[in-house]
Amino acid sequence: MAERRRLEVQERGEVTIVRFVDRKILDEANIQELGQELFQLVEEENRKNLLLDFTNVEFLSSAALGKLITLDKKVKLHGGRLKLSGIRPQIYEVFAITKLNKLFDIKDDEADALAAF
Amino acid sequence: MSNSSSDGLASWDWSIDLSIPSTYAAGKSVIDQLLAALRGAGWSEHEVFGIHLAVEEAVVNAIRHGNGLDEQKQVRVGFRLTVDRFWVEISDEGNGFNPDQLPDPTEIDNIEAPCGRGVLLMRNFMSRVEFHGRGNRVVMEKHRGGQRASA
Repeated sequence: MAERRRLEVQERGEVTIVRFVDRKILDEANIQELGQELFQLVEEENRKNLLLDFTNVEFLSSAALGKLITLDKKVKLHGGRLKLSGIRPQIYEVFAITKLNKLFDIKDDEADALAAF
Repeated sequence: MSNSSSDGLASWDWSIDLSIPSTYAAGKSVIDQLLAALRGAGWSEHEVFGIHLAVEEAVVNAIRHGNGLDEQKQVRVGFRLTVDRFWVEISDEGNGFNPDQLPDPTEIDNIEAPCGRGVLLMRNFMSRVEFHGRGNRVVMEKHRGGQRASA
């Protein structure tokens, strides 16, 4: 099992549920580490279906959005599906401003997202 | 404490002017001071969130893109605050950029481009965003309940 510092990972059938350890995703070093851990799930552990649970996340910067965009591309390249859930209204506003709410499949909560795979 | 320069008003409840080295830790420290001052002045959590995001993007731009993480180069930060108005000026020693030439990050062809998204967020969460000099100095302002710099 890979060592992870920024993510908590749980299997639920064919879906991997990913929760963020940090409440504020803005420190540059943490964002780099976060990206590496996310990409590793797809590229090294060959996980196809990822659900990113944002329940814990209170703040994120554009650098973090960049990692999510790259992750989305990698998931699609590997024939998988990526869904997001538990995004609080302030964070959703960031996705809406950047129109990333159109790129990502965003569900209200974990149950909705799991049902949609 | 200083109320000089181009901030426009004679009296502020809180102000700070600092030169910080181009490190993320120094940027975080000055932003933490701002967040405490905003909350102390009674700004709502939603407004604090928007200002935090805009200032974070501007400070990180100055540290990383402006000064290239060179700790010998300084980022100058000025904050001014009242109960209903916030003003900030951030400048770096870099070559600047032309904000009008940034790709629109919401266009599908640019969606993976790393640049432009931070400036877009700054314009949406602040009432006014202006780039000065050679593009290495940004001035932003937020009025409580006010309009966004770009809808």
